[in-house]
Amino acid sequence: MKLGKWLQQQDIDTSCHYTFAFIDEGAKREIRRKTLKAIAIPGYQVPFGSRDMPIARGWGTGGIQLTLSLIGPDEILKVIDQGSDDSVNAVNIKAFISQVTGVRLTTKVQEATLIQTRHRIPEEPLRKGQILVLQVPIPEPLRIVEPSERETRRMHAEADYSRMWLHLYENIVAYKEIMIGSRYPVFVNDRYIMDPSPIPRWDNPQLHMSEGLYLFGAGREKRIYAIPPYTDVKSIEFRDYVFRVEDFGEATCCRCGSKNTFLNEMIDDRSGKRIYSCSDTAYCSNLLDQKREGYKP
Amino acid sequence: MGYVAVKGGREAIDKASDFFRYNQTRGESEPLDVEQIQNQLYFLVDRIMSEGSLYAPKLAALALKQSAGDSLEASFMLRAYRTTLPRLGYSLPVDTSQMRIIRRISAAFKDIPGGQILGPTPDYTLRLLNFDLISEGTNAHREYIASLFQGITQIDTLPETFPKVIDILRRENLLVERNVNESESSKIFDITRESLSFPASRSASLQTMSMGETGGLLTLAYSNMRGYGMVHPTVGELRVGYLDVYVKNPYTGLAERTGEIKVTEAEVISKAENRQGDSPVFTLGYGICFGHNETKAIAMAVLDRAMQAEEPQSPSEDQEFVLQHIDGIESMGFCNHYKLPHYVTFQSELDRLRKAQEKA
Repeated sequence: MKLGKWLQQQDIDTSCHYTFAFIDEGAKREIRRKTLKAIAIPGYQVPFGSRDMPIARGWGTGGIQLTLSLIGPDEILKVIDQGSDDSVNAVNIKAFISQVTGVRLTTKVQEATLIQTRHRIPEEPLRKGQILVLQVPIPEPLRIVEPSERETRRMHAEADYSRMWLHLYENIVAYKEIMIGSRYPVFVNDRYIMDPSPIPRWDNPQLHMSEGLYLFGAGREKRIYAIPPYTDVKSIEFRDYVFRVEDFGEATCCRCGSKNTFLNEMIDDRSGKRIYSCSDTAYCSNLLDQKREGYKP
Repeated sequence: MGYVAVKGGREAIDKASDFFRYNQTRGESEPLDVEQIQNQLYFLVDRIMSEGSLYAPKLAALALKQSAGDSLEASFMLRAYRTTLPRLGYSLPVDTSQMRIIRRISAAFKDIPGGQILGPTPDYTLRLLNFDLISEGTNAHREYIASLFQGITQIDTLPETFPKVIDILRRENLLVERNVNESESSKIFDITRESLSFPASRSASLQTMSMGETGGLLTLAYSNMRGYGMVHPTVGELRVGYLDVYVKNPYTGLAERTGEIKVTEAEVISKAENRQGDSPVFTLGYGICFGHNETKAIAMAVLDRAMQAEEPQSPSEDQEFVLQHIDGIESMGFCNHYKLPHYVTFQSELDRLRKAQEKA
């Protein structure tokens, strides 16, 4: 059934003077076609005709275009930035999407059908049928070794990743460590090196053999790419210098007490001491609620 | 235990927007009239239309008012508005020799057929602040215009059209031939619908520059003129004027005039090259943009010529370098996104640095 017809039947309020989900249907169709191509070639960057959004380039326009092209009126949406549902970027994007679609919003991962995020993957793994849309500033993982797009496209086509390996090797020579903090490149389906967007290394393992679908949208650079469910995703490493996630030592979250989440480090206003809290605030609050109620398995 | 903010973003954001609006409205002055901006700050309005790539003077003036005069923000609003408009079709190609001229000059010849028409320009004024403008009376504009036309009884009208200066050179085989690629001319590359790939076609390249940011184009063109490049431009012709826009009627197939646009067009002649066989000819760079913006048109023409280099020797000759970095909305957006929180990535960087320090 055509979406327009379906929308008519659902009696959707279109009083906000914009078409449902802002982008015109032709553009949405194009974005969905490019998304299907991206899913068919895991890790490959598909160029698309990125539209101008009323939110600035570099502020999540790629992710927004993916979300708006996929969203239907019965979707339940969660938007996070830095792991938080209440961060400026997430608040802005939520306000915009809810204005042009009227969909239900949630902070719960389990409840959401569609999640848009910047810089984090929720701690709780995706389940079957869920889609996580990541906002991407620089889709090209090889950009750190090669500035030219023409050249990096050739390198991908020929799977010529020698300069990437050399870059890691030079890191080890200079610092005795691989120094890539976030945006740690991954091999997808043993073919393409892919930029997982600026997520911490902590989140990379979640990409591997996930039940859900990961979509990546770069609006300014006009690229879409994807990791379909159950895809093999390996963080690049050497046998003797293996990939490692961030190490928080003995630190625990000062709100919920978690030891097994990605933590934000802060300086306490009063004591001047270093304290930590969960970056995934929904996960943290949920755990806190459970503790208050008394843990019910 | 320290205070950890997890809620309350929405309210702070709303208040920040209110504060901006408050700053704009405080003081004793009357609200700006959009028409005042459109008439009296027309260079700025033209620039916004060109960089926002939507020909809408009134909306450009509105965007300027709303953005408190931030030209990048104003162009951005116009560009975002454009997205919501349906793409009905493409206008027919226009011949710029049919332009209704308000200004045309050539730096190549003292006398040109049709003559040099200086038109409206502040080029030849001394840049001294005119303190009289601080307190103009409400009738100042009318009085000035009245004094201007006092005693004038007869006004010579300009010809409808003027010949192109470069056509003279072309007739004498001094200029490189038009290189019209058949496959390219039949299909326009639409940069608003397709992602640029490299090497980019000339139509894609010219479109990208035409909606580029004036300062961005100028910086790169200047780097070329100053020495990081080989273009020594002579302005063959610079013209400012109005072009009729025609659209093909889908029912009758006839060309229908739908309106007119003000444009600035620059054709720069650059050094001789052996392009056609053994005989050297002058080469040409082309620039055109919405509105009256001579700096942008000339800079664009210089870059168009610079990018014809077969082996790029400098940034301004490298098509990818130029076309990927001149869009004001993209570069401004990306620059400003660094103001967004980056706690998570910074945490990851801290982790790497501490680990490396341990090992050092």
